Amino acid sequence: MKNSPYILSLAFATAATFCAAPAMAKGKLNVLCSTDTDWCSLMETSFEAETGIDVSLIRKSSGEAYAQLRAEAQNPKIDIWWGGTGDPHLQAAAEKLTQVYKPKALPNLRNWAQNQAKVSGYRTVGVYAGALGFGYNEDILKSKGLPAPQCWKDLAKPIYKGEVQIANPNSSGTSYTALATFVQMMGEDQAFDFLAQLHKNINQYTKSGSAPIKAASNGETAIGITFIHDIVKQVKKGYPVKAVAPCEGTGYEVGSMSIVKGARHLKEAKIWAEFALRPDIQTMAEKANAYQVPSNKSATTPPGAPDFDTLKLIDYDFAKYGSADTRQHLLQRWDNEIKSLPR
Amino acid sequence: MKHSFIPWLLLGWIGFLLMPWYLLEDGFWSFVWLTDGYPTDLYYAPAILQGLLGDKLWLLPLALPLIAPLRLISLTKSDPRYSRYLIYSGAFGLIYMMGQGFAIGVSGWQFSGLESLFGELEYQQYGFGYGAMLCGLSFLILLTTGLAATGFLKGDVFVTGSIGLIVALVGLFVFFPVSQVLISAFMNNDGMFAPTAFFGKFFSDNIWSLSCLSGGYACGTAWNSLTLAILTATLTTLLGLSFALVVTRTGFRWKRSLRLLTVLPIITPPFVIGLALILLFGRSGVVTQFFADAFNIEPGRWLYGMPGVLLAQVLSFTPISFLVLIGVVEGVSPSMEEASQTLRADRWRTFINVSLPLMRPGLANAFLLAFIESLADFGNPMVLGGDFDVLSTEIFFAIVGAQNDQGYAAVLAILLLIFTLSAFFLQRHWIGKKSYTTVTGKADSGAYMGLNHGMKLACYMTALPWAALTIVIYGMIMFGGFVQNWGYDNSFTLQHYQDAFSVGWGEFGVIWEGAAWDSLWTTLSISAIAAPFTAIVGLLTAYLLVRQQFKWKNAFEFGTMLSFAIPGTVIGISYILAFNVPPLELTGTGVILIICFVFRNMPVGVRGGIAAMSQLDKSLDEASLTLGANSLMTFRRVILPLLRPAIIAALVYSFVRAITSVSAVIFLVSADHNMATSYIIGLVENGEYGIAIAYCSVLILVMLTAIIAINLFVGQRRLRRTDSISHSSKSSATSSPSLKEKHA
Repeated sequence: MKNSPYILSLAFATAATFCAAPAMAKGKLNVLCSTDTDWCSLMETSFEAETGIDVSLIRKSSGEAYAQLRAEAQNPKIDIWWGGTGDPHLQAAAEKLTQVYKPKALPNLRNWAQNQAKVSGYRTVGVYAGALGFGYNEDILKSKGLPAPQCWKDLAKPIYKGEVQIANPNSSGTSYTALATFVQMMGEDQAFDFLAQLHKNINQYTKSGSAPIKAASNGETAIGITFIHDIVKQVKKGYPVKAVAPCEGTGYEVGSMSIVKGARHLKEAKIWAEFALRPDIQTMAEKANAYQVPSNKSATTPPGAPDFDTLKLIDYDFAKYGSADTRQHLLQRWDNEIKSLPR
Repeated sequence: MKHSFIPWLLLGWIGFLLMPWYLLEDGFWSFVWLTDGYPTDLYYAPAILQGLLGDKLWLLPLALPLIAPLRLISLTKSDPRYSRYLIYSGAFGLIYMMGQGFAIGVSGWQFSGLESLFGELEYQQYGFGYGAMLCGLSFLILLTTGLAATGFLKGDVFVTGSIGLIVALVGLFVFFPVSQVLISAFMNNDGMFAPTAFFGKFFSDNIWSLSCLSGGYACGTAWNSLTLAILTATLTTLLGLSFALVVTRTGFRWKRSLRLLTVLPIITPPFVIGLALILLFGRSGVVTQFFADAFNIEPGRWLYGMPGVLLAQVLSFTPISFLVLIGVVEGVSPSMEEASQTLRADRWRTFINVSLPLMRPGLANAFLLAFIESLADFGNPMVLGGDFDVLSTEIFFAIVGAQNDQGYAAVLAILLLIFTLSAFFLQRHWIGKKSYTTVTGKADSGAYMGLNHGMKLACYMTALPWAALTIVIYGMIMFGGFVQNWGYDNSFTLQHYQDAFSVGWGEFGVIWEGAAWDSLWTTLSISAIAAPFTAIVGLLTAYLLVRQQFKWKNAFEFGTMLSFAIPGTVIGISYILAFNVPPLELTGTGVILIICFVFRNMPVGVRGGIAAMSQLDKSLDEASLTLGANSLMTFRRVILPLLRPAIIAALVYSFVRAITSVSAVIFLVSADHNMATSYIIGLVENGEYGIAIAYCSVLILVMLTAIIAINLFVGQRRLRRTDSISHSSKSSATSSPSLKEKHA
């Protein structure tokens, strides 16, 4: 049919018009979401169903989200930023891109979540936490006749040469958390010695933080270092991987939520903030295959998620290791002393 | 009509008196304002009412440049006042309009100097809307018409207007935003001016280290990018040429399928080729495992790094070279080759001494495009790069990574620009000032020379295995959407398609339940709107560049090509920085995506147009002009029909690119306007390969359909009575190859 492109483009134009028309609703809210897509849309639909507020939600990784907030500082289009690792939330708070808000649920939150709020001057608050760990591909280790690693120190053993993956801390917040964890656990110089040992076993520094465990799932590497909840997710999908909580203890991230300064729909943003901290809402996360630990004390931790009570968690200093100076210093040192080493 | 400026003046009046002056919150295509308080509601009021009712007195002087030209209606063109009035009105209108827009923003005065001068301003204004747009256009045309009247460009109103329009658009949507980012290269992290920081970053080891040559960890990103780009460009040009030769100069039986096949990679969303390559050649890949079992080799990881990226890029960009080259190879007139053969040159000598030199513009363009594409490529290095860092990914992570160093990103962007521009100038130098015209309007037999046997064999040997590899990869992709866990659990499932594209029936008809529908519709509508604009702007620019002589032409050409050389990430960030605040407040709308695509893909239209037009003899235009047509008419009736392949190319390319582009889009998508690729990235980041691949397969099918539709709709140019090859004349004479050149 000769006219089909006409009709097609007409249809598109009409579709665009309808998309642009405002929906009749009790208010509007623009949400920036930095968790997995499934969890984002679960939150969106359940919030809309309960409040009738028309939510426009966009998913961006926390780095991209932070870059957007910075670029839009003069005229923000986003009202609330939900989810994503805590560091960029703290950076946004330090730059006063987000605004002070003390949610009513604050006293009911676990310590790390309250601490996150305190450190930021109440510009952000913890919604979930995820512990760092590593995962290994059982099939690969078996075929190579290698024992399963249990501790961070095991990963640096020569038997795992060329079998470990971790992201580049310059590009990935996950890997920066790992770097900061090692420094806090071992002391800075010893941590860099350990990283230099580990470097010999690393086959690739990936760009994205969760890429190592995906590579392990597909057998591209034997061991991947990342957050445990990301590993659990691969396990539930049926890949032959196992999650390990390292024996020496480990660091963690606090997934956070911040209301953007100058939000156009402040009232609705506050409703969302309270909503997101409710125990029943946080318990729901499991439905979206999210295996993080919820911040509300009364919420149920999903089965398979790392148990924060039995896990040896270090006392992670978010204020210090989130600051620009420490960050720059550690990354610089990593570039100079680790990245440039021969394997 | 007596004066050509009158309709434009009228447009300006409409913009000033009737249309809402400011940007509407409901969106560009929404027309609720018509029934919702217009014209007195101050959100929707036109400039005149804003000035009279809303105390925005500073808008009223805009009437002056619209009143002044009214006096000219009774004058003749030769009157000296004619040009003077027009120039003054246009220039004043433009400068005043932009000036007030930048000076007064959402929070009153935008510059502290103005505030101390005039005191605090309690009024605020939003971004430009329809009214301002029309006025701006009107002022611009008044200015260029005035310039034409002074004898500029032989007084050609159409050409002057076009140049003015394109300069204004490129200035506004390329130079203005990009300058915002590049300035940050000279800032330190606190936003203070610090030129020393620039040199520190520019000459850092991360960029220039050569340690990989002496056994170190890795070379600097600059060397990596450069080596990769040169290799990719060389290989793709060679492969593209052999494909083009197989299709035009041999009796190869499945030409049409081959053409179609070569188009596949270009309509492939980013990441998929990389993922498919991993499943084939990765450590646990099918091919790797086969060789590991068969020859007892330890499975390796060679794919991650330069070899993998190179392979993926050559797969992705060969079609571009092919589409550039096929237009040029077809365009080489058979009569030249006949002449050579008549003079007793054998086929090989004819090819080397006649055909190949005539293909120079095509070869150079193909090389340049592949080179630039490789430098700007983001998806492949992202998936397959391993430790092999290139500039485009480094720029991205400098901005969104743990470093958050926008200055470093800007430095890398400048470097990338330097590379691209050097390639551009080298290419121009190589093509030189020779004539490559062979389509002259004179008759020729239309029978192409066949290839000699050695060449034929060489072409078959390169093109066919490559085609086979492409087929395998696409097979993998299509298959990937239907299995549980791609690469691990290969049991059949429809779950992924259901999640993404399920459709239900409800009270009011169809309910689009699948998660992907939303972004799919947005992507398609935005790409469909952007494509024709890209083609128009691109071909118009090409026409001006090839057919018109004017001062500063080189600078003009350079300016129009610039946006192609800038990596998407930089474009994305720069658009947010520049267009988030009035007067050009576009973020969060679909319009910003459309504009971004138009100006990012325009250079392809330009190159395609130039390549095609430099083969059309000027005598065709002259004939038209002699017969009394003006330049607009000539462009429309003579040039455009002969440019059909270039038009198709521009349309197809911009449509497809808009759908598959990633790095710029990440920053520009908003909740209401989410694009498919940005959605797919989210899925890939979460490891939801199944849905991601199902979505990609659907996108591929949609784009394929669109390409076929565009081809049918725009049709084919007829250069000669027949297009055939001297060996097998009958079969291809009637066939209408479904895909013409994509661009150059």
